[in-house]
Amino acid sequence: MKNICIILSLTLISGQALFSQKYFTRAGKVTFTSEAPLEKIEAANEKATSVLDAASGKMEFAVLIKAFQFEKALMQEHFNENYMESSTFPKAVFKGQIVNPSAVDFSKDGIYEVKVAGDMTIHGVTKTIEVPGKIRIERGEISASSVFELTVADFNIKIPAVVRENIAKTVAVSIDLNYELLKS
Amino acid sequence: MYRSALLLWLLCAVSALNAQDDLLSLLGDEEETTEYATAAFKTNRVINLHSLENTAAGVLDFKISHRFGMLNRGAYELFGLDAATIRIGGDYGITDRLMIGIGRSSFEKTYDGFVKFKLLRQSVGKRKMPVTAAIFASTAIQTLRWQNPDRENYFRSRLYYTFQLILGRKFSENISLQLSPTLVHRNLVEVASEANDVLALGGAGRIKLSKRIALNLEYIYVLPDQLAPGFGNSLSLGFDIETGGHVFQLHLTNSTSMIEKGFVTQNSGKWGDGGIHFGFNVSRVFTLKRQK
Repeated sequence: MKNICIILSLTLISGQALFSQKYFTRAGKVTFTSEAPLEKIEAANEKATSVLDAASGKMEFAVLIKAFQFEKALMQEHFNENYMESSTFPKAVFKGQIVNPSAVDFSKDGIYEVKVAGDMTIHGVTKTIEVPGKIRIERGEISASSVFELTVADFNIKIPAVVRENIAKTVAVSIDLNYELLKS
Repeated sequence: MYRSALLLWLLCAVSALNAQDDLLSLLGDEEETTEYATAAFKTNRVINLHSLENTAAGVLDFKISHRFGMLNRGAYELFGLDAATIRIGGDYGITDRLMIGIGRSSFEKTYDGFVKFKLLRQSVGKRKMPVTAAIFASTAIQTLRWQNPDRENYFRSRLYYTFQLILGRKFSENISLQLSPTLVHRNLVEVASEANDVLALGGAGRIKLSKRIALNLEYIYVLPDQLAPGFGNSLSLGFDIETGGHVFQLHLTNSTSMIEKGFVTQNSGKWGDGGIHFGFNVSRVFTLKRQK
């Protein structure tokens, strides 16, 4: 009886370990583009961190705002100083969940269309979003990508009248993450 | 026995619960990076003085600086608006720490060139540095016609040199302060009571009033017995207004000249007598070399 109990428990633990395989990256790529009548602004950040829990479909990512690189130094300064206030709000964080985790077979190669929903926190404001994404599995390697739009005003970021023609009200965000297995 | 199994099962359940909690914390602490303080001042000048900031690498900052006449000229000259002194110049960032600039002032028809290098940069994180320090050196060439062309005149009599240490700190998002010990060397002075080497201490600060507007104040104290009679210390008060690529600096100052050699040693205006100029600097940046 004792043995059965132990075996049962062990099975439970190992089972859990098997299904709760987690993947991570520290070099996720996040870019955004603002297309306004007078100016096109692009910035890229290649230091996003993310963890994906394959079993539950939960995913999180965090982006350091100051790590966004612009082609013009002054844009970068204004982005941090005037718009994102990155000294006060250093990170953008997303905590969410793949809405249809059953659509993804992590053990089989392929490209799976998913929907991800969760809370996006930018500039200290949290907003629930749902965005489409793709999970690609190739020889056990997992990568995820998504393209979606965010409305600047939703995150309490004000665009003054003088630069209304230079900064778009919505920006296109694109995310590319190449996951590695998280060994715990 | 049954209990121990239950305990194990509970343990599993608890660990499973924990796993749901915060996925990112599984990654542990992030690698610490060095974070440099940025934008202690909105542009590389406070008002007349050079600020803690440099023009970024690959960026040309085109500057038009303008001082109207003195307010005490009265209504006949529309309180100084009829007269104008101007400096047109360009500053360029060779690297984020090294900047050069040239300019031409209408005041005494003077050309100037300078080099400014950041020795230390205020930072937190991996590398901690409480202050920013920069060195600044400039040469000015006055090109007025010789007052007395009949005597032998030397080109070197037209030359002026300035050396300055700029030391300061961005104390908070809104408050930055700096000290600027300065030495101005004049090859030729008019009267014997004037020193060839003038030592001065500048102090400047800014308070941000909003994201795009800042209030600046600067004062330059010249150590006694170095200037010709009638010349005094420089005091300036102004606002920075930033709109995307431009910074407009509007100010009141008793200095007529906009370069060190002038605003440290040649201030005839006195605030108490209305000997002050309304003036502005307009800075427009052009990115000549894009960042990667």
